[in-house]
Amino acid sequence: MNLNVVVLPMLSLGGLGLLFGAGLAYASKKFEVTVDERMAAVRDALPGANCGGCGFPGCDGFARAVVEGRAPVTGCPVGGSECASALGSIMGIDAGDTVKKVAKVICNGDTARCKEKFEYEGIEDCVAANMVAGGSKSCQYGCLGLGTCVRACPFDAIEIVEGRLARIIPEKCTACGKCVEVCPKAVIDMVPYHQDVVIACNNKEPGKVVRNKCSVGCIACKICVKACPYEAIDFKDNLAFINYEKCTNCFVCVEKCPTKAIEGNFERRNIEKKDVI
Amino acid sequence: MSTIFFILVSSILVNNFVLSRFLGICPFLGVSRQVETATGMGMAVTFVMAMAAFMTKLIYSYILIPLELQYLQTIAFILVIAALVQLVEMIIQKTSPTLYQSLGVYLPLITTNCAVLGLTILNINAEYNLILSVINGVAAAVGFSLAIILFAAIRERIELFNVPEVFKGFPIALITASLMSLAFLGFAGLV
Repeated sequence: MNLNVVVLPMLSLGGLGLLFGAGLAYASKKFEVTVDERMAAVRDALPGANCGGCGFPGCDGFARAVVEGRAPVTGCPVGGSECASALGSIMGIDAGDTVKKVAKVICNGDTARCKEKFEYEGIEDCVAANMVAGGSKSCQYGCLGLGTCVRACPFDAIEIVEGRLARIIPEKCTACGKCVEVCPKAVIDMVPYHQDVVIACNNKEPGKVVRNKCSVGCIACKICVKACPYEAIDFKDNLAFINYEKCTNCFVCVEKCPTKAIEGNFERRNIEKKDVI
Repeated sequence: MSTIFFILVSSILVNNFVLSRFLGICPFLGVSRQVETATGMGMAVTFVMAMAAFMTKLIYSYILIPLELQYLQTIAFILVIAALVQLVEMIIQKTSPTLYQSLGVYLPLITTNCAVLGLTILNINAEYNLILSVINGVAAAVGFSLAIILFAAIRERIELFNVPEVFKGFPIALITASLMSLAFLGFAGLV
């Protein structure tokens, strides 16, 4: 057997490969690009949900923005303070404490409490329903409960409960803000995770009108504003607003509200009282 | 002179690599969203094709033929193309990070771009000499660039139109490509 048949192809191809390899090795030194190694570290510290809640295209975009100083280390709403401090240590910046927030549907007007204007039989979507005379609910500010936010939520943190009302599961919510964006009624608000007292009404009409439409609406009586011992409740557009920085979750307003439009998480209140005792 | 002209017209218009020979469809569909990236892709492919035509001709004439190893042409050519693509990738990453990012995965994929390998093998089959090989390479790349840039410009326009829901995205792009291919069929009688 002619040995050349085997040796020649091996030598020629091997030689070519070696030649190209050497050339590329030289080129890679010559065209070396220094990538900021912090970027990879920042990228690893992020949750990787690519939800876009930070306003950048995915976690990669946010990581680049952080390294280039265009975004704050606290910019990731999903990772919360844990992620922020990790990014802070990579970037050499003190992140400080960020308050973890969650989304909250500020409406309790289910079909039993809030009257229907008409029967809606269109597409099962809040945006579509909103186009038909503002939806079937007599209150034009309330939750339509057709699940536009449920479909928008990347974390399965929203469910529709009995009586067509969207509810957000705080444990799953990452405050990415997708639901706030898509809600045609703007009835989803961001509240601090540890806030136990929330005004669960979005109706900006005068009290008499609200009373005719919904049994749990804010009737603009201002009792809560007067009752609050910490002056933490503001009043605007026939609606009370809690200033979360002043609020101490004392539940006085919850007890005083005549229409139960202020929602209090009593379970948490009792737990905290037991802790005190 | 007439041969060169013949090759140019043939490779750019009549036997356009994308629209008549259907080679290099992957980058043609993948990087044709914007004229800017399409132009970048066209330039990268032009460089690779010209260099590949030159190198493969040399390797074929001075290594493979004397050693009677013609059967190794495919693997040897792929080796050349892969090395060239690596080189182009490094150069682009160094000189234009934006272009590098927008070309994305399609840049290393020039390696497997059948248009490049197709060109080198067609060159060998047509028995062009070294100069004609390079000219054919450049012409083929210009044809590829022409097709991808025209296509990208059309796709940019289509973005603004009210395309029926079922045709949005790739379906309408494929229909556009087929119509362009039909249009290029009109050059068939030229050469």
